[in-house]
Amino acid sequence: MPKQSRLISRLDALYEFDREPVSQEKLQGFGNFLGLYAGEHVAGTEFVIGPLFVAHGVSAPDLFLGLIVGNILAVLSWAFYCAPIAVKTRLTLYWQLRKICGPYINFVYSIVNAVMFCFLAGAMIAVSATAVGLPLKMPMPTLQDTYPTSISWVLVVILVGAVVTLLAIYGFEKISQFARVCIPWMFLVFVACGVAVLPKLGCHSFGDFWRVANEKIWTGVPMAGQSKFTFWHVMFFAWFCNMAMHIGLADLSLLRYAKKWTYGFASAAGMFLGHFIAWIASGILCAAAVGEVAPGPIAYLGAGVAGAVCVVIAGWTTANPTLYRAGLALQVVTPNWKRWKMTLIAGAITTLAALFPALVMKLLEFVSIYGLVLMPMGVVIFIDLMILPKLGLKSNYAETFNKPINVAAGVAWLVTLSVCLFLNLRLNIQVFFLGAFGIVLTFSLYLLGSLLTQKRRV
Amino acid sequence: MKIIAILLSLIGLLLTLAPAFLHFFGQISWNTHAQLMLAGMILWFVFAPIWYFKKT
Repeated sequence: MPKQSRLISRLDALYEFDREPVSQEKLQGFGNFLGLYAGEHVAGTEFVIGPLFVAHGVSAPDLFLGLIVGNILAVLSWAFYCAPIAVKTRLTLYWQLRKICGPYINFVYSIVNAVMFCFLAGAMIAVSATAVGLPLKMPMPTLQDTYPTSISWVLVVILVGAVVTLLAIYGFEKISQFARVCIPWMFLVFVACGVAVLPKLGCHSFGDFWRVANEKIWTGVPMAGQSKFTFWHVMFFAWFCNMAMHIGLADLSLLRYAKKWTYGFASAAGMFLGHFIAWIASGILCAAAVGEVAPGPIAYLGAGVAGAVCVVIAGWTTANPTLYRAGLALQVVTPNWKRWKMTLIAGAITTLAALFPALVMKLLEFVSIYGLVLMPMGVVIFIDLMILPKLGLKSNYAETFNKPINVAAGVAWLVTLSVCLFLNLRLNIQVFFLGAFGIVLTFSLYLLGSLLTQKRRV
Repeated sequence: MKIIAILLSLIGLLLTLAPAFLHFFGQISWNTHAQLMLAGMILWFVFAPIWYFKKT
């Protein structure tokens, strides 16, 4: 067999039940999900988000309380909303959507989804690049940069993107193994970074911490040109920054491997290690670095070479499952192409996106929009599988009635996004607060639309 | 071999976290803290995969 054919055959063998329910022997244990969630949410972006809260002038009490409440709500969303559907259907989001919405909406959704995932993974690659570029004396991007700032930045991003793509092609189980090895060490580096820079801020004992936190870190005063964040901003951001994953049900792709729905609680590992302790640690680093936001340099300030390596690995472990999801999404729109090929294409788009530093510097806005755009289809699936049967209506509308398009779902998605866009642009309601409204609106629209559509057919 | 690998990787984790607290309490310099963390990182990534991958 020619060398190239052997390689393709080996890669084809990586097929992982993408298009059919996961079989019993492929189900994975609770520890695997703890590692995966911790790896995904103890990530390179935590080095960016923590400093942005500092820049937006969150006070220390608002930060701690907002993170606790928001993260609890996020874990409950995974456990009581996403995981029960995942173990019920054991399908990816994309194949489930196809049954409900038909191929046309699924096509549009899958493209939007894949592009969003590529941008998110791109942000992770850019974060890693800020650390890889440290020994090269690469000029770091700043909050104001939009386009690539140097040749060295371009080369480093391409290198990091190539490695991350290769790891994602290798498959879910290998990614999970890789993440599991890194998690304990990465988490301790985050903690160590935060602790090691406290003396620079005048904190020399645990008793000093709350005073220093209030006076020098989360002072309640935003940096010049930044809006003021309150408890509500922090709480809604912590809850909805992964809205695409829990309410939007993107994590069906991962949790369909869970033996029980209760494995949704494994998300707590990601929320409280990553979105609590790591955000606090990176906020402390930002205050000690006096406004520096590039993750590589601030991690180096806290832990030297180990800190910089941590940023690289944290970016990789988050980008890998994200690229995996992008590969799955793209596979649906090209039914005859294997996942590895689609992951390769997704990796190329991701690396291209990572070249633009604006992706990282506007991360709060991007993450919120990303969740909002993908959330409505998750609500549609929830209603379709959990509510409609109780009302005597049929689930999986497109498949059941052999329809190419589910108009009710399409209208619910488009109207929700249009109204949210209007509220944001015309009434200046910040994107962080639109998620809760969007859930209620999609819920009402799809329920009403399904009643009208299916009653007419009866 | 497995027990030695577990032991050395755990020492790696100890060297990752403990120096930050020693620096915080003024017992060691920042440079020593950074060097010990580097040693901890090497120990972890050399020895943890031996037993982590065997487990799965």
